[in-house]
Amino acid sequence: MTATDVSALYRMVADIPDPEIPVLTIEDLGVLRDVRIDDQGRVEVTITPTYSGCPAMDVITADITQRLAENGLAAVVRTVLSPAWTTDWMSEDGRSKLAAYGIAPPGHRTDSVVGVQISVRCPQCGSPDTRQVSRFGSTACQAHWVCRSCAEPFAEFKTH
Amino acid sequence: MNALAAYTLRLGDDALILSQRLGEWTGSAPELEEDIALTNIALDLLGQARMLLTYAGEVDGNGRTEDDLAYLRDEREFTNCQLVELPNDDFAATIARQLMFSAYQYELYAALQHSADETLAGIAGKAVKEVAYHRDHARQWVLRLGDGTDESHTRMQQGLERMWPYAHELLEDDGVIQELKGVAIDPGELRPSYDFVLGVLAEATLSRPEIDWHPSGGRQGMHTEHMGRLLAEMQHIHRSHAGASW
Repeated sequence: MTATDVSALYRMVADIPDPEIPVLTIEDLGVLRDVRIDDQGRVEVTITPTYSGCPAMDVITADITQRLAENGLAAVVRTVLSPAWTTDWMSEDGRSKLAAYGIAPPGHRTDSVVGVQISVRCPQCGSPDTRQVSRFGSTACQAHWVCRSCAEPFAEFKTH
Repeated sequence: MNALAAYTLRLGDDALILSQRLGEWTGSAPELEEDIALTNIALDLLGQARMLLTYAGEVDGNGRTEDDLAYLRDEREFTNCQLVELPNDDFAATIARQLMFSAYQYELYAALQHSADETLAGIAGKAVKEVAYHRDHARQWVLRLGDGTDESHTRMQQGLERMWPYAHELLEDDGVIQELKGVAIDPGELRPSYDFVLGVLAEATLSRPEIDWHPSGGRQGMHTEHMGRLLAEMQHIHRSHAGASW
């Protein structure tokens, strides 16, 4: 198996969508860590969870296995925890897609981000005059906000 | 059971049982956002519990899975602290518990991410960021309720008195911890969690409860009368339909 083959395998699974925020692929999200061929000739895909209890991981595992099976390949999906995922693993492309989808993308992390509330820009009208409604949203990775300028509610992908 | 399995299991049991309790707020929290917040916290804890129980089963070496450990053990085999099994009670009591437990768990995971055991370190490194959020959520509520109206202040103080004695067990030392030097976290290192709680109470105009008695025994499998009912609810489907899967 050559490097070219491995990169073709990587591309085969990279565009699998996140089941909860389907505008992002697992590559955009930074959940896809590695693709290689193991010593038994199976495709070994390494992923990492965003949050410990993220229910999307089981679906992503099944989707990867199915995608490779459709191409006649046997898959082994491994989950690694370390180094821990942060929103800095999300690609710039992914951030742009999130904003276009109506979810405020995460900021870049500092080491003491929790407890410090930075303003989040409204993804609808671009105003920085927004207010957090709840620190928890429809998924573990989102918080709930409302814009004071255009009065629209929106989700923020939490900096994590 | 070896010390590493026993230690991992108790951390997993704490997370699992508190997750189960917090899940009871589904559909009944004071407001929709809080309903979502408490169940999100429960979900984080469940994820931590799954990783910890899976690892406990591996190092124990008897081939037990996370499901075997969660659903097929009886009350005396659970080693969670008693704090997490107490009924949710008033919302303010739930928040008081959240403040004390998340303060403890934050210091625990912050230290454990440097453990000599790589798997525990990996789980802790993942979880500490989630728990930082839980701790901040609890702190904000304690401030709002404690330094709020007469009614909210009274109930926050009562909730604190209700949960306070049980927090003592979080900082207890025992043979399992002593045997795992460099792997487990010495309770002395967790002292900042107590100082954090006292700081929040002062800021929230609440009083440190003057209660000297403190129950113990959860780590040895001795539980309050509430544990049996919690387990019955959590385990009955799995046990009623043995071997069933989705």
